[in-house]
Amino acid sequence: MHELSIAHSLVEIAVETAENARMKRVKALYLKLGALSGVVKEALEFSFDVVIQGTPLEGARLVIEDVPVKVFCPDCQEAHKLPEPFPMRCPVCGTRTGQVLEGRELELYSLEGGEGDAADDAKPPNC
Amino acid sequence: MQQMTLNPRIVEIRQNVLKKNDLLARELRKRFRETGVYVVNLVSSPGAGKTTLLTEMLTRLGERYGVAALVGDLATENDAERLRQSGAKVRQITTGTVCHLEADMIERSLEGWNLEDIDFLFIENVGNLVCPASYDLGENQRVVLFSVTEGEDKPVKYPTIVNSADVAVITKIDLAEAVGFQRDRFNEALNEVRPGIPILEVSVRTGEGIDEWISRLEAAKEAFEKTVGSS
Ligand SMILES: [Zn+2]
Repeated sequence: MHELSIAHSLVEIAVETAENARMKRVKALYLKLGALSGVVKEALEFSFDVVIQGTPLEGARLVIEDVPVKVFCPDCQEAHKLPEPFPMRCPVCGTRTGQVLEGRELELYSLEGGEGDAADDAKPPNC
Repeated sequence: MQQMTLNPRIVEIRQNVLKKNDLLARELRKRFRETGVYVVNLVSSPGAGKTTLLTEMLTRLGERYGVAALVGDLATENDAERLRQSGAKVRQITTGTVCHLEADMIERSLEGWNLEDIDFLFIENVGNLVCPASYDLGENQRVVLFSVTEGEDKPVKYPTIVNSADVAVITKIDLAEAVGFQRDRFNEALNEVRPGIPILEVSVRTGEGIDEWISRLEAAKEAFEKTVGSS
């Protein structure tokens, strides 16, 4: 289960980024996860919940965006998204292709936080 | 200040989560290139015959080249002991609970070795067809091994690692007939997940395919040296 190591790296990057941005509280982490990344989503979600305990990220949500495999088809001369990562065949003409354009992503692309400290968030909207 | 909470701040990161590993792998690759070390990362299930084939490779290549191996294992020193009998430099990387090798483990394990003396470095990854797929170790080629006893659908069950491999080696080919190995179906399965992957069949017991495999490694090393020379 390498998802635990990955969750640790994820938290490390997020904590560092939040500190640099003076973000006091992180509400959510947005991650792009490619179908070929070799990471099992459920295992990562589980590991994340375990790893954030006692860190500044405690209580944060992990929002995962699945990235499908996109290949270049040498016959169509076009990029196509695959409905399933395998088989590696062009979904239009059926030609085999190993030219992967997208789908290996394991990328933390943004953090969402509150502007002020945690107390600000707790206040009801002022209407 | 209320609207701030309604307008939460977003910080863009766009960072590969394995960036640390990948940066380190890149540094390692550069070091290997500068010292002329050709690196092969071997991945397979437990019991695919990785250690047996590796012993054979170390023995054969050891006659003409400087050879070394790093062996990843969860706990025991057994594999390293077996490999040392070939006369090669061998180090065990005991990972404890970690089911794969990472670039920093490779870097630490190289300490004290003079890379100039090494032509081939083999990395025997932890026996696991899932986790090692995500980690670049600075290798020149990743070899996925399957034995004929594993069943024709094995590549489809572990597609990600096959997709990340450069070569597939089928081991224990001398048992193919006995276990009813369906070569065409196996090759077809490999090609579904990694179109065009070169496939070699070997048997350490009978020697079948070993010469070809060794020549292939030597040719790859030669091609690698040319790129080193031209850089
Ligand atoms: Zn096509």
